[in-house]
Amino acid sequence: MSMNRRQFLKLASASTILGVGAASVINNISNGSLEAAQIHPDPRALKAKRWGFVVDVSKLTTDEDYQKCIDACHDIHNVPNNPNPRHEVKWIWKDTYEHTFPNTAEDKIMNRELQEKNFLLFCNHCQNPACVRVCPTKATFKRESDGIVMQDMHRCIGCRFCMAACPFGARSFNYTDPRPNIKVENKEFPTRMIGVVEKCTACYERLAVGKQPACAEKSNGAIVFGDLEDPNSEVRKLITEKYTIRRKPELGTQPSIYYVIGGGEHA
Amino acid sequence: MLEKALSGSNRYWAWIFFLLAVIGIGCIAYMKQLNEGLGITGLSRDVSWGLYIGQFTFLVGVAASAVMLVIPYYLHDFKKFSKIVILGEFLAVSAVIMCVLFIMADMGQPMRVANILLHPTPGSIVFWDVVVLNGYLLLNIVIGWTTLGADRKGVKPPDWVKPLIYLSVPWAVSIHTVTAFLYAGIPGRHFWLTAVMAARFLASAFSGGPALLILLALLVRKFSKFDPGAEAIQAVGKIVTYAMFANVFLLGLEFFTAFYSNIPGHMHPFLYLYTGIDGHTKLVPFMWISSILAVVSLAILVFPHLRRNENILAFACAILFISLWIDKGFGLIIGGFVPNMFEGITEYWPTLLETLITIGVWAMGFLVLTVLYKVAIAVREEDAAVEH
Amino acid sequence: MYNTGKIIAGLVVFFILATLPFLLNLGKANAKIEPSIDTPEINAMPKKHCVEPKAFMRSEHMQLLNNWRDQVVRNGNRIYVGSDGNEYPISLQNTCMKCHANKKKFCDKCHNYMAVKPYCWGCHIAPKENEA
Repeated sequence: MSMNRRQFLKLASASTILGVGAASVINNISNGSLEAAQIHPDPRALKAKRWGFVVDVSKLTTDEDYQKCIDACHDIHNVPNNPNPRHEVKWIWKDTYEHTFPNTAEDKIMNRELQEKNFLLFCNHCQNPACVRVCPTKATFKRESDGIVMQDMHRCIGCRFCMAACPFGARSFNYTDPRPNIKVENKEFPTRMIGVVEKCTACYERLAVGKQPACAEKSNGAIVFGDLEDPNSEVRKLITEKYTIRRKPELGTQPSIYYVIGGGEHA
Repeated sequence: MLEKALSGSNRYWAWIFFLLAVIGIGCIAYMKQLNEGLGITGLSRDVSWGLYIGQFTFLVGVAASAVMLVIPYYLHDFKKFSKIVILGEFLAVSAVIMCVLFIMADMGQPMRVANILLHPTPGSIVFWDVVVLNGYLLLNIVIGWTTLGADRKGVKPPDWVKPLIYLSVPWAVSIHTVTAFLYAGIPGRHFWLTAVMAARFLASAFSGGPALLILLALLVRKFSKFDPGAEAIQAVGKIVTYAMFANVFLLGLEFFTAFYSNIPGHMHPFLYLYTGIDGHTKLVPFMWISSILAVVSLAILVFPHLRRNENILAFACAILFISLWIDKGFGLIIGGFVPNMFEGITEYWPTLLETLITIGVWAMGFLVLTVLYKVAIAVREEDAAVEH
Repeated sequence: MYNTGKIIAGLVVFFILATLPFLLNLGKANAKIEPSIDTPEINAMPKKHCVEPKAFMRSEHMQLLNNWRDQVVRNGNRIYVGSDGNEYPISLQNTCMKCHANKKKFCDKCHNYMAVKPYCWGCHIAPKENEA
């Protein structure tokens, strides 16, 4: 068989590409199954079909009540305190009624107290999350086991599509290096790096070892955390007993945070 | 054929080195962004996409517009486009390259961008945009290069290229439709959540892209012996006119729905862009300039006798292009983010570094365009010499 | 033959340039790269052991860490059962670096030698060490 130089080069390059490609595929497959049998969850882990929160704002009265929950989260998760407001990073924060429920804020003669009330906002861990739908790398995904909308900061490419898609403004992007703006580092938890998106992860690292989310733990009962699919859970009881509202329910994302507005007797 | 780009006049080389210098400045600015993060841009937590994504969106339209030449020439056998069609295909190539560069410039972690292919996610529109854009780039390089090569040898293009040309027609529509879907499927961004988004994108693409092409064709004729054809330019002028009317009509539909329905969330972005909200008026002058230029360009283009004067045509095309650039390359993206998800207002304005990077990418696109056009022109000049 | 002198001179220059790194290091002992495991935590162990045998860790730690990462972040599995039957919590910061608290002499030593720059430490906090 004779072959000219052109044909030889074509064949050689094609087989190189195929060879390298096939080798990497085979490698990946074998790595994926490397220790599957040797890994399991912590037996202490809290389990649920779909985690959710009930936030009773009537139990949050002073600024300190809010700040305790915010600090509890931001301190353990190494959330930076960026001086430039445009580059703000926040997992949980306080905001006004008007900002929390913008579509109902047109009413000028509504209850003054409610209008002036502040709310605690964080990721809604939606049942149909828009952020997950748009993510091109599955860096943000909904955990099948318990419905938490997770953020894999290792995989995020920083396209910020999730930020455009989230109707609740729950996501922050690291426009700058977060490290210099973290006052005290929690050595048990990573920070983030430039160019990735971050948000509340429902304290998945605490749930895994049997602890409640940090904000719920520090809230004196204002934030109740539990299984929305379990009819006997405390969150379900509160939702059936009291009048609750969710942010932007009309968008169909099915947020998992329910807000209780009034106190006991008005509910 | 590429060797033809290596010989040229002093003016040609001066232009090439000028572009290289601008690219160099852009690269230096980009190095800073790579090291310090996107914090060097004017972007924020509230306005998380800006100039880069705006340029990307606009240029996808420029790329798609090549189809406005391909359809008449290849599907309707409109012979007058025989010479100009290659300019459209090569414009598409350089526009798609710019699109890819703008996307890369916008990434927070550009080194990880291969994750899109390592973890393919068909539910994400970005995945499909990557597929269709790269496919379109490949189609246009192959089609343009093959047909030009055949032309040079004075033979008919090979048969296998015909199906690719037919494929490129729906493919061009797909790139801009998919790009519109990036925006039009997002719940909670009222400004983007509109079914006519893709139609609007196509209309603006089919006016803006060909308008640029007319300007380029006039330049090519001025600086070389290659004449794309006065009648071809006039025909493209007609396409620009019709498409621009469609575009303005579709924009009008958006206004009607927003304001007649009186739904605050739908009205606010328009109010922000055209009147400002609570004293936040950064974009207002630009949006009005865009509107005025659109009206003026249409007022010129609609009269055939004005259009037939190539100087006036060039002027109309230039202001039309600027108008669409502001509207789609800027207003459309920012309007989606203002007001934010809490009905608060954070304004956006690009920084100097961001602008330099943007100009650098444009220079890169023009460099590719110059080289490709140089090859095409050289081949055509050769043909012309042989014929005589 | 044309330009014989220039070609031969060019070849000599090329040969020297291409072999320069080898020539410069000729005769020098190649420093042996041995990551240090001299930390208080490891020294206090009755029987020194990692989650897997040393040979495996040396060649496969990147695959192991990659796998650990996905298991924790994506599947919620936090316990690793080593081939010695012991259970270890999966955590770079809280398991690996608790023992290997000497990142500079452990991780960096080989990584610098191999000129690889894993971006683990962009996010994960390295243990505090005294500059040595």
